Amino acid sequence: MTSKTVIKVGMASCGIAAGARPVYEALRNAAESHEDVEIREVGCIGLCFREPLVEIEQNGQRTLYGEVTSEKALEIFEKHVIGKTPLEENVVLSTEVEAEENTMISKQVRIVLENCGRIDPTNIDEYIHANGYKGLEKALKKMDPDTVIEEVLESGLRGRGGAGFPTGLKWRFAQKAQSNIKYVVCNADEGDPGAFMDRSVLEGDPHRVLEGMLICGYAIGASQGIIYCRAEYPLAIKRLNIAIEQAKDRGFLGENILGTDFSFDIYIKEGAGAFVCGEETALMASIEGKRGMPRPRPPFPANQGIWGKPTNINNVETLANIAWIIRNGAGAFYQYGTGKSRGTKVFALAGKIRKGGLVEVPMGMPLRDVIFEVGGGIPGDKPFKAVQLGGPSGGCLPESELDIPVDYESINATGAIVGSGGMIVMDEDTCIVDVAKFFLSFVQKESCGKCPFCRIGTKRMLEILERICDGKGKPEDLDLLEDMAYKVKDGSLCGLGQTAPNPVLTTLKYFRHEYEAHINDKKCPAKVCANLIHYTIDPSVCIGCTKCAQVCPVEAISGKVKEPHVIDDSICIRCGQCKAVCPVKAISVE
Amino acid sequence: MTTATEENLEKQLAPIVERFRGKKGSTIALLSAIQDTFGYLPEEAVDSVSRSLNIPSAELFGVASFYSLFRFQPEGKYVLRLCRGTACHVQGSSLIGEQLKRHLDIEEGGTTKDGMFSLNFVACLGCCSLAPVMMVNGEVHGRLNPEKAVEILESYRAGDREGTR
Repeated sequence: MTSKTVIKVGMASCGIAAGARPVYEALRNAAESHEDVEIREVGCIGLCFREPLVEIEQNGQRTLYGEVTSEKALEIFEKHVIGKTPLEENVVLSTEVEAEENTMISKQVRIVLENCGRIDPTNIDEYIHANGYKGLEKALKKMDPDTVIEEVLESGLRGRGGAGFPTGLKWRFAQKAQSNIKYVVCNADEGDPGAFMDRSVLEGDPHRVLEGMLICGYAIGASQGIIYCRAEYPLAIKRLNIAIEQAKDRGFLGENILGTDFSFDIYIKEGAGAFVCGEETALMASIEGKRGMPRPRPPFPANQGIWGKPTNINNVETLANIAWIIRNGAGAFYQYGTGKSRGTKVFALAGKIRKGGLVEVPMGMPLRDVIFEVGGGIPGDKPFKAVQLGGPSGGCLPESELDIPVDYESINATGAIVGSGGMIVMDEDTCIVDVAKFFLSFVQKESCGKCPFCRIGTKRMLEILERICDGKGKPEDLDLLEDMAYKVKDGSLCGLGQTAPNPVLTTLKYFRHEYEAHINDKKCPAKVCANLIHYTIDPSVCIGCTKCAQVCPVEAISGKVKEPHVIDDSICIRCGQCKAVCPVKAISVE
Repeated sequence: MTTATEENLEKQLAPIVERFRGKKGSTIALLSAIQDTFGYLPEEAVDSVSRSLNIPSAELFGVASFYSLFRFQPEGKYVLRLCRGTACHVQGSSLIGEQLKRHLDIEEGGTTKDGMFSLNFVACLGCCSLAPVMMVNGEVHGRLNPEKAVEILESYRAGDREGTR
C-alpha cells in the first residue's frame, strides 16, 4: 500500500494576506506530476504569527512549517515531500520532534478549533471523515428535542458572543414559544476590533456551524436558519455558501433530513457595516432590512423575534460547540472549565505579544498563563503594562490582575468582560489614556443614536479624553468622566451603550496615575500623545547622515551633511519616522 | 412627467427592480445591487427605484445612511482601507493614517482629484497578527509603517500591482 503525502496550505484571510497564495501555486505546480501527493487548502490553525503556514502529512506524521515563501516551499517539496527528510530549521510544529511551537498547541484544548487548519473547508467529505454530522445524526435518531436541550444545559455551555447567557436555557425559551414558524439565527457579525475567532471558524470549518444550527433547529422546533454575516468577511461568506450547497446535496439540509421528518434550510444574510448589529434586537431589525436599531426587551426574541416569530440567536463560537457536545456528551464538555464557566474559550491574542493568533484554552486558566505561556509574552521582553479584554465593551487589566482565572465571573468582577475573546496586550509604549480614547471614539462612531446618553454622552466623554491627551485636561475632568460613564451605562437601552464606558472606567480604576500625569504634569509616560512630547537630536551623537531629514514628511529637520541636525519643534508633527531611521540612536523623545 | 434621462435610468434599473419586487426585508440587498451597478448610490437611481417599487425614498436613504457599506459618492480606482482596529492602533496605525492623508492630500473618506485613490478608515479587518494592516481593493498588506504604506500605494499608481476589486 502506498500512502499519500498530503500538503496543507493555510488559506484563511490572514494566511492569504501574509502571502499564502503564491506558496500554494508553487506547491500545486510542483505536485502536479506526482500522483501520490495531494495538495489542500485549509483554514487557520491559529499560529498567525508564523504565517504563511504549510503542513506536510506523511506516514501519519505531521510537520508544520512557518514563514514559508515560494522558494522555501519548493525546497520543502524537494527535501521533505520527495526526499522524506524534514527541513529542521523551518519546522514550527511537529508530531514527531521537538519544535518551537509545540508547547503553544499542547497547552490548548481544541473543541471549536478542532478542525481548523486540519481539513479542507470546501470539502464536505473531510468534515464527515472528522466525525462531521455525527452529532446531528445522534440528535435526530437517538434523542428527542427535550433530551438535546437537557444535554446542552448540562454541558454548562454559555453564550460565547459576550453576554454569557446559558445556551440551553435560551433554547428552552424558544422551544416553549408556540408558533408554526421559528427561526434559528447564527450571529456572525463579529464586530469587536481585535477578535477574529468567528471568522476563523467560518473560513476553516463552516460545516461545524451549520451542524450546530441544525441541532438547534431540531431542539427548538424551527425549520429556518439564517446566518447574519458581516460583509467585511467575504471569504467566510463564500465558504459558507459552498458548505450550504454541499450539505443540501448530501441531504443534511432540506426536506426530511437523514430520513426523518425534520426539515431545515439555511440562508445567509449579509450585514452592511454597523457594529451595533451584533446586538440581537438590532440584528433582527437589520435582517428585516431596516436600520439596525435595538429595541427594548421584553418581548425577548425567543417569543417575538424576526417578523414577530420566535427566534433563537447564538453566536458562531457557541454553535461551533454544539455538535461536539452532542457527540461526546455533556460530561466531556463539563470536565473542562471551572465553576459556572465550562468548556473552552477561544481567544484572539494580538497587540504587543510574541505569538499572536488564535488559541483555545479551558476556561479557568489564569490570564497570566494565556498571555505568557501560550502567547509567549511580550516581544523584546519589555515590561507588561496591560491587557485589554472584550473589545470596546471590555476593560484594561494591569499586571496585578493577571493571576485571576479566565472565567465569566472572575473577569466581570474586575470590571472587564470575557466578551467575544479579544485579548490585546500592551507594553510600556502604549498610552492607556490614548487607548481609552480610541475605544470611546469607536463606540461614539458606532452608536446608533437612539439613546441620548449613548449618542451625546459618549461624545462628551470623548471630548474630555481628547483634551486630556492634548495636555489641556483639568483636575476635575476625571470625576466628571467617571460621573458621565455611570450615567451612560444607566441611560442606554442596549449592550453597546451599557458597556461603552467600561474601557474608561477600568483604566481610571487601574491606571489613574497615567491620567494624572497627562493632566497635572502635562506628560505622556508612554510618549504617544503628540502634544505632550518633543523629539530632539543629541548633537554629540548625530553623525549628520541626513537620513532623518530625508524621511521627515514635513521638512522639520535641517542640517548640513556630516554635521549635527536639528528638529524644529514648531514644525514637527511627532510622527516618529526620524527616530525609526536614525542609525546611531541620536534622536530621543521626551 | 419623466425626462429622457429618467427613462434611461429606469431601463438600467429594471432588472434590479424586478428582482426585488414584493420581497420584504430586502432593502439592504436592494441598495447593494444599486451600488454594485454604479459603484455608489446616485440619488437619482435611489429615487427611481423608490418610485418603481413604491418604497418611500426616505426609507431607502434612511437605511443607506445607517450602514457604512453604502456611499453617496463614487470611489477612486484604488480604495485604501486602513484598519483602525485595536491591534493595529497599538502598533501605530494612526501614524500611518496621518501619513496617507498627508501624502494623498485628502481627508478620511475622501478621493484624490485624479480619481486614483480613496482613503477609508475601517473597523477591524481581522488580520490582527499582521498589524498594522491596510487593504487596497481586495488585497491585504500587513506589518506596515508609514513609509511602507506610501511605497505600497505608489506601486499601485505605477501599475506594478493589479489589485482585484
